[in-house]
Amino acid sequence: MMTIRKLGTNATRAALAISATVGTGTALAFGDKSVTDIPGGPRVNGLDFQPAVTEVADQIKTLHYGMLIVCTLIFVVVFGFMFYSIVKHRKSVGHKAANFHESVAVEIAWTVVPFIIVILMGAFATRTVVAMKDTTNADMAIKATGYQWKWAYEYGNGEGAGIKFFSTLDTAQRELSEEGKPAGNDYLLKVDNPLVVPVGKKIRIITTAEDVIHSWSVPAFGVKQDAMPGFVRDTWFRAEKVGTYYGMCSELCGKEHAFMPIRVDVVSAADFTAWVDKQKKALAAAADDPKKVWDMAPLVARGEKVYLANCAVCHRPDGKGAGPVKPLDASPVVLDADKNAQILTVLHGRLNGAMPAWQGKLSETDIAAAITYTKNSWSNHTGQLVEPSDVVAAEAK
Amino acid sequence: MSAVLPHPADHGHEHDHDHAHGHPTGWRRWVFATNHKDIGTLYLVFAFTMFLVGGTLALLIRLELFQPGLQYFNPELFNQFTTMHGLIMVFGAIMPAFVGFANWMIPMQIGAADMAFARMNNLSFWLLIPAALMLVSGFFLPGGAPAAGWTLYAPLTLQMGASMDSSIFALHLMGASSIMGSINIIVTILNMRAPGMTLMKMPMFCWTWLITAYLLIAVMPVLAGAITMTLTDRHFHTSFFNPAGGGDPVMYQHVFWFFGHPEVYIMILPAFGIVSQVVPAFARKRLFGYTSMVYATSSIAILSFIVWAHHMYTTGMPVTGQLFFMYATMLISVPTGVKVFNWLATMWRGSMTFEAPMLWAVGFIFVFTMGGFTGLICSMAPIDIQLQDTYYVVAHFHYVLVAGSLFGMFSGYYYWAPKWTGVMYSETRGKIHFWSSLVFFNVTFFPMHFLGLAGMPRRVADYPMQFADFNALASIGGLCFGLSQVYFLVFVVIPMMRGKGEPAPQRPWEGAEGLEWEVPSPAPWHTYETPPKLDRTATKVIG
Repeated sequence: MMTIRKLGTNATRAALAISATVGTGTALAFGDKSVTDIPGGPRVNGLDFQPAVTEVADQIKTLHYGMLIVCTLIFVVVFGFMFYSIVKHRKSVGHKAANFHESVAVEIAWTVVPFIIVILMGAFATRTVVAMKDTTNADMAIKATGYQWKWAYEYGNGEGAGIKFFSTLDTAQRELSEEGKPAGNDYLLKVDNPLVVPVGKKIRIITTAEDVIHSWSVPAFGVKQDAMPGFVRDTWFRAEKVGTYYGMCSELCGKEHAFMPIRVDVVSAADFTAWVDKQKKALAAAADDPKKVWDMAPLVARGEKVYLANCAVCHRPDGKGAGPVKPLDASPVVLDADKNAQILTVLHGRLNGAMPAWQGKLSETDIAAAITYTKNSWSNHTGQLVEPSDVVAAEAK
Repeated sequence: MSAVLPHPADHGHEHDHDHAHGHPTGWRRWVFATNHKDIGTLYLVFAFTMFLVGGTLALLIRLELFQPGLQYFNPELFNQFTTMHGLIMVFGAIMPAFVGFANWMIPMQIGAADMAFARMNNLSFWLLIPAALMLVSGFFLPGGAPAAGWTLYAPLTLQMGASMDSSIFALHLMGASSIMGSINIIVTILNMRAPGMTLMKMPMFCWTWLITAYLLIAVMPVLAGAITMTLTDRHFHTSFFNPAGGGDPVMYQHVFWFFGHPEVYIMILPAFGIVSQVVPAFARKRLFGYTSMVYATSSIAILSFIVWAHHMYTTGMPVTGQLFFMYATMLISVPTGVKVFNWLATMWRGSMTFEAPMLWAVGFIFVFTMGGFTGLICSMAPIDIQLQDTYYVVAHFHYVLVAGSLFGMFSGYYYWAPKWTGVMYSETRGKIHFWSSLVFFNVTFFPMHFLGLAGMPRRVADYPMQFADFNALASIGGLCFGLSQVYFLVFVVIPMMRGKGEPAPQRPWEGAEGLEWEVPSPAPWHTYETPPKLDRTATKVIG
């Protein structure tokens, strides 16, 4: 009895605490008190859309308010009648039932009036529908490719042409999640490489996917576009304010669906130029010569980084796998004396893409490094060294 | 005397003129069942069992989402829970439950002796058992249950393990069962009405089921086609939906939602029918606008075939496609609104009492309408693009499926169960069940609107910290809502099945009209073996 009463008290206290924080954006009642709103992302106990930073998102917000007002008015009027009737027309207060049961005039009225109302609603939305689909005359096009489970961005025409990189959830975040110890304002939103775009420019996002359907979404921009494997689709935004904006993958794409955030940094034109220069230099420096012959130690060290960024999400950092995902530790494929067994698996994938094909997604050097790392880690002590040239040879097969 | 549990031989003497066949007894009564009332009971018991299984999965989902971070399940298992919760609730709980209501009530309401095809009726029920076993056993197959969402979108389905195949076969069986059930209902209604029961004098529940049955026959084969193509993509190297072979994943969505949207109305129209019977009974006043109710239900059914792509605004449809589906979807709210207005006009200047069936019916109208309004908001393409695949959508469809279909069924249960079992339920317990369900339903699902607006995607095992409070609240509400249904089972259903309670009179409700109230309570095993002679309104037997 005591516990029940205590539970009740706690529940009441929690409800009061929530109602105190709702909409004020102060602090969580249940969760971590130190969490605050994240600018460009979700607000603490947010009750409404995130603040709009594009014309389209603003129009959506206005449309939504309009719908809320109209629907609330209808709701109040209709249910005003119902509750009046419930109070007055009950047997217990002695009300006798009337006998009417049809009226063509009334039926026509309550068919025609709602018809006009919904057509008007549609008419107000039409302009926004057309605006959202108009991807012409963009200043810049960026291809966003969904992978299980990360985004790849490739700058097309315009200033950053040629820049491409992957954008993945920060590894530490996934570990916090696994341990059940979430922390921080940008929990599950922090990425290694954000998409960077200039402010005030019309950016066309071309979406596609490598494996299954993903969805590229940034609420502050009013943008959500599915990324379809085998097809390209497009959408656009013109961010009006410098800042950092967040979204999350919005189409179920497998087990790590919750862990593929989107971060877009909107910067000034000058900052964007500086960023482009830096990226181009880094790209040039990172280009690997697949003919280079590596020693074991540096290759394993590099392989560990590649493994943690790309493979550990499924095979786990300890190589033990999980559920349907095969362990690499003591795996016969990894231990096989024929290096090609593992190289071909990594290049071409397995099980309909459950193990993805990495050919073309990682450089030969990265693939060689990751394989060498797995062959010489945990309980695997093969001593085998896979050179980038081995991978090049296997690719030719 | 209860027709639900005690042995039919107990009252075999009541109709000793019917001796062409002996009644099977013991387990044979159920396995070889051909009596529409027995089959109705089987359907309802099966559906409630699946409802508890699906509900348990829902609570496991809410357990993991109670706090941010992964505390209990890995994300793969979480996705299996969401997928199986959806499949079980839609195909295992709601659809079979309405077929159970149809089996019990349609023959009695139209003055027929039984369903038209009694043996096919048996088959359509018993197909559900292997189907349910195959579906649920997915959890124990290598790789676990399907985790691609109940919509089974390609190409994610191509990555699933063996349970995907068993689930596809399970859905085939359930589809076959639904089609047989629908044929049975259509033939029964069109051919077996008592003389004088013209179509336009038929009770609304029969009307809504007649229309639902046509919808089922039209769309279940479409679902079968979609999942068969998925099956051949998985195993026989076809590429209907597999982009690696030139297939089109969006085509899957078109085919699926061409089934899926009428399916939404399959799950709600019979509830409309139940409410259309309960409201006049407790307002002691005839249903307002019977004719317009029939036309509105038909228009909803027809329109439901041309709105499917409103589930797909974010796939990148051309602008004309978006506009067409936006306007078509908004139009559906017109006949739905007409139904709500007719119910209110029926209540208006009636002489109302609020026993449990009426409470559930009024609760249905009130909360379902909220789901209708969020549906209208979601129909608007620009807003929907913000809300697609967020918790707002989860809130919306639970408002129409839980507060709609489920509340409608509870209303029907309290209304008709005295006829089925021969005893009255406890009014206090019925009220406790109603108020706790209503309150905790809203505690669970109302905050989800805010989560969706603020940008929380659905089908995620973990979420940013800012969403923590509303998720905790929804989880608490979900647990209490679940417990309310256990209360219903233990304190309402089981006592009634055991025959504990006040004996029910033939017509327990003062204002209830219709042929089901012209037979004793509990309804004898056989009713209307010879067609009854009806009065002018076709609601009373006069000889």
